[in-house]
Amino acid sequence: MSMQQAISRPRARINNFVARFANVNGTGSASANFLFAKAIFRMGIPVTPKNIFPSNIQGLPTWYEVRVSEKGYLGRREGIDLLVAVNAQSMKQDIESVRTGGYLVYDSTKKLAPDLIREDIHYLGIPMMELANENFSNPRQRQLFKNIIYVGALSVLLQIEFEVLETLLREQFAGKEKLIAPNITALKLGMNYVRDHFDYPLDFYLERRDLVRDKIMVDGNTACGLGAVYGGATVMAWYPITPSTSVAEAFEKFASQYRLDPDTGKHLYAVVQAEDELAAMGMVIGANWNGARALTATSGPGVSLMNEFIGLAYFAEVPAVLIDVQRAGPSTGMPTRTQQSDITLAAYASHGDTRHPLLFPASPEECFRMTAACFDLADRLQTPVILMTDLDLGMNDHMSAPFQWDESRKYDRGKVLNKEELDAMGRYGRYLDNEGDGIPYRTYPGTHPSKGAFTTRGTSRDEYAVYTEDSAAYQRNMDRLQTKWETAKKIVPTAQFYQESNQSEIGMLFFGTSTYSSEEAKEILEEKEVQLDAIRIKAFPFGTETEAFIRSHKLVFIIEQNRDGQLRSLIINEMQMNPKKLVSVLNYDGMPITADHIALQISDYLKQKNAVPHDLSETLI
Amino acid sequence: MTYLKPLFRHPKLPKNKIGYTLKEYEGTISTLCAGCGHDSISATIVQACFELSIEPHLVAKISGIGCSSKTPAYFLGNSHGFNSVHGRMPSVATGANLANKDMVYFGVSGDGDTASIGMGQFVHVIRRNLNMVYIVMNNGCYGLTKGQDSATADVGSASKSGHINPFQPVDLASLAVELGATFVAQSFSGDKQQLVPLIKAAIQHKGLAFINVMSPCVTFNNNPGSTKSYDYVREHMHATGTLDFVPEREAINASYAAGTDTAVTLHDGTTMRLHKLAPEWDPEDRLSAVNALQQARAKNEILTGLLYINTVFGDLHDILNTTDRAFNTLAEKALCPGEEQLQTINAGFR
Repeated sequence: MSMQQAISRPRARINNFVARFANVNGTGSASANFLFAKAIFRMGIPVTPKNIFPSNIQGLPTWYEVRVSEKGYLGRREGIDLLVAVNAQSMKQDIESVRTGGYLVYDSTKKLAPDLIREDIHYLGIPMMELANENFSNPRQRQLFKNIIYVGALSVLLQIEFEVLETLLREQFAGKEKLIAPNITALKLGMNYVRDHFDYPLDFYLERRDLVRDKIMVDGNTACGLGAVYGGATVMAWYPITPSTSVAEAFEKFASQYRLDPDTGKHLYAVVQAEDELAAMGMVIGANWNGARALTATSGPGVSLMNEFIGLAYFAEVPAVLIDVQRAGPSTGMPTRTQQSDITLAAYASHGDTRHPLLFPASPEECFRMTAACFDLADRLQTPVILMTDLDLGMNDHMSAPFQWDESRKYDRGKVLNKEELDAMGRYGRYLDNEGDGIPYRTYPGTHPSKGAFTTRGTSRDEYAVYTEDSAAYQRNMDRLQTKWETAKKIVPTAQFYQESNQSEIGMLFFGTSTYSSEEAKEILEEKEVQLDAIRIKAFPFGTETEAFIRSHKLVFIIEQNRDGQLRSLIINEMQMNPKKLVSVLNYDGMPITADHIALQISDYLKQKNAVPHDLSETLI
Repeated sequence: MTYLKPLFRHPKLPKNKIGYTLKEYEGTISTLCAGCGHDSISATIVQACFELSIEPHLVAKISGIGCSSKTPAYFLGNSHGFNSVHGRMPSVATGANLANKDMVYFGVSGDGDTASIGMGQFVHVIRRNLNMVYIVMNNGCYGLTKGQDSATADVGSASKSGHINPFQPVDLASLAVELGATFVAQSFSGDKQQLVPLIKAAIQHKGLAFINVMSPCVTFNNNPGSTKSYDYVREHMHATGTLDFVPEREAINASYAAGTDTAVTLHDGTTMRLHKLAPEWDPEDRLSAVNALQQARAKNEILTGLLYINTVFGDLHDILNTTDRAFNTLAEKALCPGEEQLQTINAGFR
């Protein structure tokens, strides 16, 4: 089978294309581009927008890529069918990125240089600047409406319903109605220009569908912030860092709306912008220690700084919730590009023998649900729990199942003794393992006048929290923490299977934002008669179901977005799996992984090993 | 090794207003060196809490790492303690305080813990005016690692081995005033008479109360030539005044010369009477406090007593406009907006 075929598989011409906008950062293009994507969503068509932005506030090139997929594929797809090029800096590279037969929409106010002309693509020149200058007098408006003009032009070329755009503009400018009319004017300038000068629609276009249903379009960071509000967090301590900043902002936004004391209007929450990530984590630990639910959000560099505190919380057994919105590392790396490269760091954060539960959301709905779940897990396990999201999930809008909340749900605060319980018992021992699950009983400060107080510390102690350097006591404690880890395996979310029983000797394993593209790759391969079983990991520690899946396949492709195959290493290390049967499928260029990329790597591997799917040679294992 | 104190106490020990004796405020036996200044400070904390009739379990003791940070085990045994990580006590205290505003927070730190590794957190907890007592047990050296100079060691001060410190010291009290701390005091571990009322005032102050206590290290920094030795501190102490509380039945016997009296009303309504020694200095005027500190420094004097107080500036909870209820008492009903609101939120994303 040839992957060339897979990549150039015939595409339906309706509701199936990728459009990319090449803009200059800080020119107001974001809201125009979002208008385009949201209009498609409102027409009931699955759409996935992605912001590809620089670490810059103004002036550098920025791109917005929109994939439209009738089949509902939500991963990124390579190959640009239509490019709106309004950035002179990146024009040459942008034009080169258009697939043969594709379209370039550009500002024809100035003539294109001859070296920008390709014979194999279509050029649609629209004098955007000229139209904006003729119709608007304010310089800022001229710049902003240039963007709306191209949205208008695209609406005719691709058949976006005008009423949908109009409604979106009315919603956007509710309260600022004066702005609606000039926006509509700008839209129409683009629409009319296309009608007067080009054939339309293009050979791919949009048609209303009912495929979106009750889904919502939202970014993962917003969902995390909301999940923390629903999960009962009262303290958010954070330090600004891309791409996690909007988690704290979303928490504050929702809390300021839904978390006010009904009697006084005062806040039932506190947001503290800390002096650094260390302090942010310290505050989270202090608040959790004292019985409040608290979280922080950061990215890789912040997790590096928090290591010491994470180890303290592990050893002193204090709950903590950390949201790691991963970006391309190491060091400052590519701060505005995505990666799944903090897996090793997060799983074993801190010196000494430590392990931390990780959750891997794949959608905004899961960001919401899993963030709330992190608080229950952290309280139940009395340990830090880390939500492993990333820039792609966190900062891009995704079509997602709606958020849901079970009204009867109670927060699970884990094993906490109150005054009556302390009175009713004999000597209290903070680190006694009464139930054999490795989880001891906590008391909050201030619970009882004479019983239940202890010193929490990162130093060794006995079962009664008394400082000790006794080897046996130290080792008992370390072993109990390992028992607790075994308990964690039973209560973290289990993996998702894509088949009821094994259909193949080969499996694929993925997690987080590699999910959509992996699912699509699975279908691409199936079209090519390569049958793979699939599993999606939702948490670390890995459950027995994951172990069984890997053991029952001769070969498992592990798909992840980092250079070193970090999840693969974790699987080898934690489940003593034979490394030879675990093959990495990697993407680490900072761009979200694509289905074609995954399918190509898998099929190349199989071809190289001369293995046909139904007859895997034993030597391969 | 576990140190347990004998449980026997004299049956006629005096009781405070809530019926507790000093015993209820004590901790386990100290494992610090005999004669360590830190143990004296622990004893004054016990005394101050006893005299103020504070419920011991409504106090939280939070520390970093170092000799000083071990002391929370040695006072208030019925209080929860948190011996956290080096230099990070302020952030842990911040989180704890946010979770429950109804307790008294003692932050215990040392000169290494605060003036070096924890300098950032020291600065920022002051900026936030966290309602806590922040005590630095300042001995100018790293005791637990056997006596290296700390950042508060004075330039020219000699260590036990005769090494002369060539670096400028960090003056924590001056820095605290400069940063806008709302309560700054300085004292000496050997002066219990001054320290007890200072700690009491610090507990009652709503906001960050910083007390820099010279607390000599008997083992590594009590030699001739050291500016943090018992002898040196005693000889160079210069008290700014004495403190007393109204209405407190028994007045503290001042051993200093008479001056003028100032009354400062604290947030909880109690009045603190400050018996000043220097008439030109006003503890509610930051400029005069800065001035007094700088002048003392020029004269190689260690200015002790309450140096500055501001009872107007709100604490972190005031700044963040948080509810009067402790966060850790709030449950689903108050915290979770519910499914109906969620449907409205969903609608906004369609």
